[in-house]
Amino acid sequence: MQTALRTSLPETELASRAGFAPHARVVREERQGERQARSSGLPLSIRGLRKSFGSNEVLRGIDLHIPAGQFVAIVGKSGCGKSTLLRLIAGLDKIDAGSISFGQNTQPEDIRVMFQEPRLLPWARVLSNVEVGLGRDRASGDAHTRAEKALTEVGLADKRDQWPSVLSGGQKQRVALARALVSRPRVLAFDEPLGALDALTRISMQRLLERVWRDQGFTAILVTHDVAEAVALADRVLVIDEGRIAHDVTINAARPRERGSAELASLEGSILSNLLSAEDRT
Amino acid sequence: MSLIDSISLPRRLRLPRVDGLIQWIVPLTIIAIWQVASVTGFVPSRVLPAPSDVLLAGWKLLVSGELVRNIWVSFWRASIGFLIGGSIGFAFGLANGLSQLSAKLTDTTLQMVRNVPHLALIPLVILWFGIDESAKLFLVALGVFFPIYLNTLHGIRTVDPQLIEMGRIYGMTDGELFHRVIFPGALPSIFVGIRFALGIMWLTLIVAETIAASSGLGYMAMQAREFMLIDVVVLSILIYALLGKLADSASRVLERATLSWHPAFQKR
Repeated sequence: MQTALRTSLPETELASRAGFAPHARVVREERQGERQARSSGLPLSIRGLRKSFGSNEVLRGIDLHIPAGQFVAIVGKSGCGKSTLLRLIAGLDKIDAGSISFGQNTQPEDIRVMFQEPRLLPWARVLSNVEVGLGRDRASGDAHTRAEKALTEVGLADKRDQWPSVLSGGQKQRVALARALVSRPRVLAFDEPLGALDALTRISMQRLLERVWRDQGFTAILVTHDVAEAVALADRVLVIDEGRIAHDVTINAARPRERGSAELASLEGSILSNLLSAEDRT
Repeated sequence: MSLIDSISLPRRLRLPRVDGLIQWIVPLTIIAIWQVASVTGFVPSRVLPAPSDVLLAGWKLLVSGELVRNIWVSFWRASIGFLIGGSIGFAFGLANGLSQLSAKLTDTTLQMVRNVPHLALIPLVILWFGIDESAKLFLVALGVFFPIYLNTLHGIRTVDPQLIEMGRIYGMTDGELFHRVIFPGALPSIFVGIRFALGIMWLTLIVAETIAASSGLGYMAMQAREFMLIDVVVLSILIYALLGKLADSASRVLERATLSWHPAFQKR
């Protein structure tokens, strides 16, 4: 909030000095909107969360608080329960015990999930696929405009009338991101959304995710098996082991982060060794 | 990549009109050879009349109005029977695909009935309905029912569950989920059912009309046989071939129009 105020000042000053008063106002309004968006993330409190499938106890008591607007990455070896945790947060599965609260009443549109598969409707054009994300607002008059705006945000405005089958894997995932963003969610849960992409597309998608998160200020929860990705994107990395949070690492590196910097590499190394030592124990 | 290029390049260069004509080369050649064989006496006209004779017979029947009337009667029977059987099959397919209860209740029964060849019911149907229109409609509807039922059911059961989960997450109501996700997902399979059903529709109708009818193409062929009019018999058979082709083309056009999203139906 504070930083947004400060950074907005010089620009408006410059603009008014240059005699672009109407333009300056536009800039200020946009900043205003952005600031409102920034505060739009929801905090998340999890108390004593448990979940089992049959006799298999997947989550054994998770206690976690995520402040509004934080970018949290969840890592862990496969089968540790990280995806289950995400599905519970997103309301896709039923909770056995414990609670998840967002501090206030939420609309279904406030919480969105993005999966490893794009899950686009193959029989709907790209734009209609994005409109699906509007939830109950699908029928409203500005549905088209909002969907177009979301498509522009992910840089695919020119693909609006294409069928999903002609898009590349990365493009499909960007459409899925636009669909998740279009309702301006306050919590966005990512279930290994970049897992199926090639290395280069992955990096550009990571930048895109970071950019939209910074622009819109939602609370982001990213499940990933890629520790480098977690460290590059998140404010905080949670390591889950045997259904519990084993480590909670805060990443203070300044943004935009430089990939492969020594600071990130050492963090990545320590998290990896945590994961591997957990592996050894089992 | 290079292989794909070399395949698709000449296709793009070729004129679309010529492409449409290519499929007719083989049937037309067969007819030409047939004509030559008949004219030279290689095939006696008692066995197979020349195509020109068949055309002539067709022209005579056309002038007398008999041909149009019979084609119309057969066409009417086929479409009404198809509509009745198809809609019931579609309705059961939907119900059993969407509701476990409905499937448990009716699927076993339907599977048992399916294994009875519907043409075996002809004697019974004649006893029930006589040689009335309803007899033919009943048989066509029964024949058409199963392919449409089975393929609709299969289509709905195999809709990607991930897409259904996605629809639910994005707050689709049951109605929306059906028309945005389930129905379009089942459509390719439903079309397979429709094309099977069209084949069965003609088969059933021909058999029904040759056994018990007082009008229609099958009746026309049986009448001609009684009077040894072999050219009319051959004419009826050729018209069946053309009508079958027409029905198939119609379903293809429909398929192209509704499945344009499907990679298999996209124009290069």
